[in-house]
Amino acid sequence: MQSVLGDKKALVILLGPALLVYSLVMLVPIFWSMGYTFFSGNAISGFTFAGTDNLTRLFTDPEVRTALSFTVRYAVVITVGQIVMGYLLSLMYVFILKKSSNIIRTLVFFPVVLPTVAVALLFQKMFEIAPQNGLVNSLLNGVGIESVDWFGNASSAFWVIVLMDIWRSMGFYAVLLYAGLVDIPEDMLESARLDGATGWRLIRSIVLPLSMPVLLSSIIFSINGTLKVFDSIVALTNGGPGSSTTPLTLYMFRTSFAFGDYGYGSSIALLLTLLCLIVTIFIFRSSRRDLTKD
Amino acid sequence: MSTQVPARKAPLEAMQRQEPRRSRSRAGKRLAKLPVHLLIALLLVVELYPLLWLVLGSFKTQQEFLNDPVWSLPGSLNFDNYIEAWTTGNIAVFVANSLMATLPSLALIIVLGVAAGFALEVMVWKGRNGVLLIFLTGIMVPGQMILLPLFSAYFNAGLTGTLWPLIITYTATGLPLTVFMMATYFRAVPREVFEASTLDGASIIRSFLSIGFPMVRNAVFTVALVQFFFIWNDLLIALTFANNSDLSTIQVGLLNFTGQFGAVQYGPLFAAICINVFGTLAIYLFLNQRVMKGLAAGSVKG
Repeated sequence: MQSVLGDKKALVILLGPALLVYSLVMLVPIFWSMGYTFFSGNAISGFTFAGTDNLTRLFTDPEVRTALSFTVRYAVVITVGQIVMGYLLSLMYVFILKKSSNIIRTLVFFPVVLPTVAVALLFQKMFEIAPQNGLVNSLLNGVGIESVDWFGNASSAFWVIVLMDIWRSMGFYAVLLYAGLVDIPEDMLESARLDGATGWRLIRSIVLPLSMPVLLSSIIFSINGTLKVFDSIVALTNGGPGSSTTPLTLYMFRTSFAFGDYGYGSSIALLLTLLCLIVTIFIFRSSRRDLTKD
Repeated sequence: MSTQVPARKAPLEAMQRQEPRRSRSRAGKRLAKLPVHLLIALLLVVELYPLLWLVLGSFKTQQEFLNDPVWSLPGSLNFDNYIEAWTTGNIAVFVANSLMATLPSLALIIVLGVAAGFALEVMVWKGRNGVLLIFLTGIMVPGQMILLPLFSAYFNAGLTGTLWPLIITYTATGLPLTVFMMATYFRAVPREVFEASTLDGASIIRSFLSIGFPMVRNAVFTVALVQFFFIWNDLLIALTFANNSDLSTIQVGLLNFTGQFGAVQYGPLFAAICINVFGTLAIYLFLNQRVMKGLAAGSVKG
């Protein structure tokens, strides 16, 4: 039996193609890209050796600092927003809507599957000021407030991006966390209620600790996605005004394809990869510690 | 991807129904429920009104956009904007490109990924945990890390100007998550099933094709649904490898849509967004139902 389940020829047939494609198109380029960090130039013009110029430039470039700080701010705000909104929604599904939550769940989930580019263009038109007012400014005018140039300054543009991304994704986290909430044993809630715990107290002392594992995996999922944000920002603000909403991903893309500098582009990509790696390991380790408690 | 959760919620609900029914008058009860209803109404307005506004906008003429208040209804229901977007705006070409890039990559991801998941979970060999870990790191690595070498490689191989770079890249980037998810699903299938088929004389490939694959086919469907949306909605890879108007996928085409008309033509733009949004939504609703039916049939029992 072991010889059949460990048949080497079958293993090559089943695993070989996937491993080959994955290695050639993902693993090899990762190391190749690291090699690029020592060169300048691009695929069309050819490369010249640049030593460690790119890496030193990475530490002195003010654009990198702006992009890095935007990426981190964005990732933290969106992750918190997604998880908090998702958790509140899932609590509402379980404790308020109960059986009738199915249709609401589906409706709130809709934006999750919509193409980001389409949603971003929709939000762009909603928050538009010129050539004519969009939905939001018209609404503000209706209650007597002047139109706001939402994409004209860095902080309001940032909050429009935040609003859009939370609108887009809260339904997903709500369903994810809902799946965790319905798994909470019924007798545990019942005995807490018999002991007189209701409302906020019930949630804080019973529901929240019991949904910790699924909350933590949602956080890992969320932060990993938000550090790599690209589509929503390209389509909504394209990094503007100036470069105030440019994340590392977009800065890397511009450096490589608009300015044709593959070496420096690769260096920024490497910085981004390290950031993802460190954050994932950090959260994973702290979550492991928490999970062993139960 | 699915919004439904298997029916484990029953006990919780049963308990909540047992709550003591106090002697509150009917009107009072309705009043107490008012904040909840308001909250839900607000939630639905926030989620759905932008989409409704989009649909209404897609029927408006340029004049209505410029002169009427934004919440006004379109004067008539004509499909001129859609025709304009579909033909002059090239949306038809973009949709065709997207399909030609998405479907082959999806098929390859499923064939390669399910087989690899099976080999990593069911088969017994040294080093399979290591290989699984190698696949797992691929989930975390940002696309930016592999774009430039791939661009050079495709350029040198003369593949630029075709959809091949997209198909190859989508296949490879879709594999890590697929392999990982399929390995998890195969873990739920009892080992005895494969041991029995081996005792009956089936080779491992035969076991995979006639037993393993059919047993996880609903999981395969779910994974395919997830991957479809990843590929269909992708912008980064499409923008890098297919950034000319003959090759543009729907997302890249939509991003450059305003540029094609010079000044913003609101009607056709809204119609183009609508085609993208509601096309995707229709696919989701259709496929999601299919997934639900499959789960309800109970072919997969953890």
